[in-house]
Amino acid sequence: MNTNDLKRLASAASSSARARRATDELTERAVAEGLVDVAVATMDSPIGELFVAVTPTGLVSVAFEDEPRDEVLERIVRQISPRVLEVAAPTDEVRRELEQYFHSQRRSFDLSIDRRLIGDFAWSVLRATSRVGYGELATYGQIAARIHRPTAARAVGRALGSNPIPIVIPCHRVVGAGGSLTGYAGGLPRKQTLLRLEGSLL
Amino acid sequence: MRGGSAVMPPFQQFLEANRATVYRFLTVAVGPQDADDAFQETFLAALRAYPRVREPDKLDRWILAIASRKAIDHHRGAGRRAVPTDEPPERPVHDPAPHDPDDPLWSAVRALPPRQRVAVVHRHVLDRPYAEIAELMGCSEQTARANVYQGTKRLRELIA
Repeated sequence: MNTNDLKRLASAASSSARARRATDELTERAVAEGLVDVAVATMDSPIGELFVAVTPTGLVSVAFEDEPRDEVLERIVRQISPRVLEVAAPTDEVRRELEQYFHSQRRSFDLSIDRRLIGDFAWSVLRATSRVGYGELATYGQIAARIHRPTAARAVGRALGSNPIPIVIPCHRVVGAGGSLTGYAGGLPRKQTLLRLEGSLL
Repeated sequence: MRGGSAVMPPFQQFLEANRATVYRFLTVAVGPQDADDAFQETFLAALRAYPRVREPDKLDRWILAIASRKAIDHHRGAGRRAVPTDEPPERPVHDPAPHDPDDPLWSAVRALPPRQRVAVVHRHVLDRPYAEIAELMGCSEQTARANVYQGTKRLRELIA
């Protein structure tokens, strides 16, 4: 025997396909044992691929495809946990409701939210924003007034710009004073697409 | 990430970076029939401990150290797992492993004592240096060398 025989043995019996299949079973067991702190999955949408992250508490992040994936993940690892696994089942409900929204079969989301990526001030802004309904619009000034910080329109803008859960927390429904679309973290074309979908924009 | 607190890679990334090596190691160290289970046990143990790990630059060795312990424990437990019952055991349906079970090398590998077997796989399948094998197996470099030497010698005798 020479040692290459052992290498041949290893290669013959272990393929990447087998390792991948073992991985699928592993992720199922990890979920069943409650060891997955953050489940991540991707889905297609009319505004590009979405990367969703779900914890046992709820939806924690929705990221557009041009956001650097490693930055999104690093924030999750730092703020929540490094136990992040790609596994579909815990994200099923989120992906289903988003699908329905994009097919105009849903006007509001019944999802629990994990707010650990959202600071206290931002949370007050995003909570007020969540009350702007489908097909409605609000201005930065109106949101500022609703959280009793009438002079904080710019801080409101910043909080909306760092919304880690776009679409579901509808920061796209907040516009400038004259109805101008102003900015959107995901880029203006996405904001336009979402508002057209909701019928607020022709 | 220099200085500061090094950030851990997401477990998914760590899994993808190491699964092929770990699977390859376990295929020979516990045999293709039990490799899947040992693979899952290894990564589940890693997942349990993952939030407490502080050295993201040593994860590749850390996971192989866990796999080594699982492989050694697996052989220790092999005798105990045969518990007599009234019920015929449920046989998991596995694809037959893509190897020749009649290959005499398999039975020779199976005949090695667990620590020799693990050391031989680290050395001859993964080409690890002795110092690293010692670290992975929690023994001295001298012991690691002795395990590889004895195991290799015994394999040659069994195949001859």
